Amino acid sequence: MRLSTKKIFSIKIFAHLTGMLPLLYLLLKVLEGQAGGDPVQYIIHFTGMGALNSVVLTLLISPLAKQFKLGGLLNVRRLVGLYAFSYASLHVLAFFSLDLLFAWSLFFSEVAKRPYILLGLLAYVLLMALALTSFSHIKRKMRGHWQKLHNWIYVIAVLVPIHFYWSVKSEVIEPSLYLLTLFILLCIRVKKFNIFSSKKTASRQ
Amino acid sequence: MLIKKKPSWDKFNHNDVTPEEVYQQRRHLLKQIGFLGAGTLLSFPAQAGLWDLFSDDKSSEHFKQAGLNFKKQPAYDQWIYGDETPEAKVISHNNFYEFGTSKTDPIDNAQSFQVSPWQLRIEGEVERPMVLDYDALFRLFPLEERIYNFRCVEAWSMVIPWIGFSLADILKKVGVTSKATHVVFETLYDPEQMPGQKNRFVGGGVAYPYVEGLTLAEAMTELTFLSVGLYGKTLPPQNGAPVRLVVPWKYGFKSIKSVVTIRVTDKQPPTSWNRLAPNEYGFYANVNPKVDHPRWSQASERRIGQGGLFSAKRINTLPFNGYGDMVGDLYKGLNLKVNF
Repeated sequence: MRLSTKKIFSIKIFAHLTGMLPLLYLLLKVLEGQAGGDPVQYIIHFTGMGALNSVVLTLLISPLAKQFKLGGLLNVRRLVGLYAFSYASLHVLAFFSLDLLFAWSLFFSEVAKRPYILLGLLAYVLLMALALTSFSHIKRKMRGHWQKLHNWIYVIAVLVPIHFYWSVKSEVIEPSLYLLTLFILLCIRVKKFNIFSSKKTASRQ
Repeated sequence: MLIKKKPSWDKFNHNDVTPEEVYQQRRHLLKQIGFLGAGTLLSFPAQAGLWDLFSDDKSSEHFKQAGLNFKKQPAYDQWIYGDETPEAKVISHNNFYEFGTSKTDPIDNAQSFQVSPWQLRIEGEVERPMVLDYDALFRLFPLEERIYNFRCVEAWSMVIPWIGFSLADILKKVGVTSKATHVVFETLYDPEQMPGQKNRFVGGGVAYPYVEGLTLAEAMTELTFLSVGLYGKTLPPQNGAPVRLVVPWKYGFKSIKSVVTIRVTDKQPPTSWNRLAPNEYGFYANVNPKVDHPRWSQASERRIGQGGLFSAKRINTLPFNGYGDMVGDLYKGLNLKVNF
């Protein structure tokens, strides 16, 4: 089924609301003092989960589009991906500003010494590369390279849940569910992964 | 003649505005929204505000603390560094996985916790085992207030005025036998009251009841405190009511909450966090800036003090959390990097 421009527009508005309302919720929680006596951990965790959920959503879009023959859905993928990057940016910023209190040396030593932080930062750098190349004119200029670069979302989808799993003290059930979800989402695409090895330019998908 | 001219803001007729039946049901509707949207997650009885829209009855579910008679003990003030943490932060930022793993879960989920009747058993390698009921906790010894540094293994810290008595007082009263080497503590096991014990997902996968332990020498040091109150009042449930341990030179997870058993034993007991992740949480768990947690640095800590989010400070962590003069001798000859 073809989605009309109007429908796609509504879906985009819906996606924006889904992306922004949690931030409003977070802001109110913190301002009202409802995020606890020391909301730092709350903010870091909340924004991290926002990024993780957005990554899950971006990977959910193309299987859904395929299943329900709604190619138009692919038009909201960039938007959701940019929310993943925005949440990840807030997550990193909150860690650096609120937890480390702008201690640069501590930031670098923590990244160097703690594998789970290194993984997270790696995922963030990759997300940034995808976000910076998400503009249509850059996409056009990059041609086939663009798809190759953006296939790194699959690497991000592995790094991010591991980062989450590794970061928790004991409550591994939730991160395990995320690992499983992302594993399934990657398995659905198993055919795509010859892309990394084959010399053929990627299919448009 | 009376000329009735409507002001500009009164341009709506009655049927343009919210139907009366909807208006009449507004509280019911709000309740429903609250229930469907976030439910108990948003209820926060200690403070009034926007989120009260979502909770129906806040006053009745707020745990009642009672005032305490106590003597200030300023001798311990010399070890603290920094100002007292505001009470509102101490009672709303808690690790008490029995009520959920987020920092706000304990204050949200523990307000109806029953602390009386209570029984605290002191048993094991002791001459005269004892069972203390709720009232005895407050009457057995004269209560004193001590202001201690509190350092969480997660690298945040507070300064808290506790009220209670030395653990040594009670151990002397029951008399430990010659076989005694360690002291074990257990939190109440009551899944009906503690959702984290009922549901692994809520409780973070910890094996309950929560167990902690000290060497006998550590337990007999006067610094080791059994607290029954803070800020002049009995403990709120989220801070471990009615009685908890406070071991200020060790990471906070050693300071076990809502204790029902103190058992003197002849061997080192398995302890909750140590069992869960032995490479991350040692039995001793002495505050030590030189031994990092595998996943974060312990060299500095975020001090939760007065003021807002951006007024927090990162300060250097001190060996034994500043209590080296008092307890350093307990660990003479012990390699603290191996025995972390």
